[in-house]
Amino acid sequence: MEQPLVKNAFDVLEVRKDFPILSELPYGKPLVYFDNAATSQKPQVVIDALVNYYTHYNANVHRGVHFLSQKASDAFDGVREKVRGFINAASEREIIFVRGTTEGVNLVAATYGRKNIRQGDTILVSAMEHHANIVPWQLLCEEKGARLNVIPMNDQGELVLDTLDKLLNDNCKFVAVSHTANSLGTINPIKEIIAKSHSKNIPVLVDGAQAVAHDEVDVQDLDCDFFVFSAHKMLGPTGIGAVYGKLHLLEEMPPYHGGGEMIKSVSFKGTTWNDVPYKFEAGTPNIADVIAMGAAIDYWNTIDRSGAHEQEAELLNYCTTLLADIPSVRIIGTAKNKASVISFIVDKVNAMDVGMFLDTKGIAVRTGQHCAEPVMDWFGIPGTIRASFMFYNTKEEIDFFIEQLKKAIQLLAV
Amino acid sequence: MRTISEIENEIIDDFALFDTWEEKYQYIIEIGQKLKPLAVEFKIDENKIKGCQSSVWLTANENNGIIEFFADSDSVFVKGEIALLMEVLSNQSPEAIVNTELGFIDQIGLRSHMAQTRANGLAAMIKQMKLYAVGFQHKNV
Repeated sequence: MEQPLVKNAFDVLEVRKDFPILSELPYGKPLVYFDNAATSQKPQVVIDALVNYYTHYNANVHRGVHFLSQKASDAFDGVREKVRGFINAASEREIIFVRGTTEGVNLVAATYGRKNIRQGDTILVSAMEHHANIVPWQLLCEEKGARLNVIPMNDQGELVLDTLDKLLNDNCKFVAVSHTANSLGTINPIKEIIAKSHSKNIPVLVDGAQAVAHDEVDVQDLDCDFFVFSAHKMLGPTGIGAVYGKLHLLEEMPPYHGGGEMIKSVSFKGTTWNDVPYKFEAGTPNIADVIAMGAAIDYWNTIDRSGAHEQEAELLNYCTTLLADIPSVRIIGTAKNKASVISFIVDKVNAMDVGMFLDTKGIAVRTGQHCAEPVMDWFGIPGTIRASFMFYNTKEEIDFFIEQLKKAIQLLAV
Repeated sequence: MRTISEIENEIIDDFALFDTWEEKYQYIIEIGQKLKPLAVEFKIDENKIKGCQSSVWLTANENNGIIEFFADSDSVFVKGEIALLMEVLSNQSPEAIVNTELGFIDQIGLRSHMAQTRANGLAAMIKQMKLYAVGFQHKNV
């Protein structure tokens, strides 16, 4: 196989050239994009992949005998192997294409969950889950008469595993935990949680939405049973993502949606299902975005990942230090092991006011609850300001952000 | 007494002095900072407007067929918005408030800078002001 060309040392200015949007000028000012935990920006190769597909070989896959359909099918099918490699799954049959993390969790809840969860069972999630990894399980619990249990967290925003053994009791039949929390940036000790759960024969779903953008993921090493993620947080397009599931689990699971592509044969007497993973992929797939997700993975393979990781660690460290110097700022989520996400509040200043002020300067941050209302409730705050970095961000951007934040505080303090 | 549309036109003229969103934002913040704080006894759940990302309290009085609004928020920007709404809708009759369309928000270019949640919040404030007006209208029948 042809080795991808890896750029030698990590050069942030060089890397920034790959992302055309970083040259945009909102309100005529240089864009400072610190909302990467909501969605990452896209390198030109991902944008090109979308345009090329629609310009040169748009056709439905797996159906036509013609040239375009063949070409589209080849490109589409090739991505399953790329995704497999990206998270180091054992087989490409373990990769199911879905719309994103949210649909991924729903798929597992609706198939594995419906088949295996019974009245009186419990499903264990963590206190720092975002809504996508809470609500599908609540729906399942409601349907089955099961109950949701929660792994607690401490003041730093770290999971407290002291009670894990007790929570993993005979009633517990499933664990769903995020690898990295979007609201706080905490990287959870997911391997330990998986190992403990497995010692009680309880399967584990890992919500990898944030993790795939910051760390290299190896699902075999983690030994998780399911892993779900979205392409758009890892430089790919919106509307596409994947579910990884261990093959023997996927084979036992009932289908998700019914329709074309997921069947072997259909008659009015009955229908037989297609093989895994097609059993879970009814209808015409999101061909363009699958192909562009493949381009995003190709791009990851061309950059110096440890260099990118170091850059993010440095940005996190730098910004944390500067924020800590502002007396009225309180960082929410101070776990030892964090991804490049900083949530904070400012004494006597409304988070949304700060977000809007920064927006007028061309700085994009997120304010509010970050789709994690229970996390905000736990800290007793209405919401935070969140700055989240990607390897293409710079220290100079952080300097500007801090300077403007100080101005905002001066202007807005009541 | 100036009519609602006369006041709206004055606000539109004021905002026409600003070219950029940054200037408009600063101006709204200034207006918000000038808004008289609401007394603590009015900052109760009953007066809280639902559908706002930040907390907004709104109450109203009626005297001789004229309504006066009082409001506060934990967001200075929202205080600015509500101060603008109060400038337009306070000291008007219930009928005038119920029947107005409020075109100035679009015309000063406020809505184009708003996330959906914020736009919903603004809509919720206007709705609540109109509900007060409807309430006073019926009281007087």
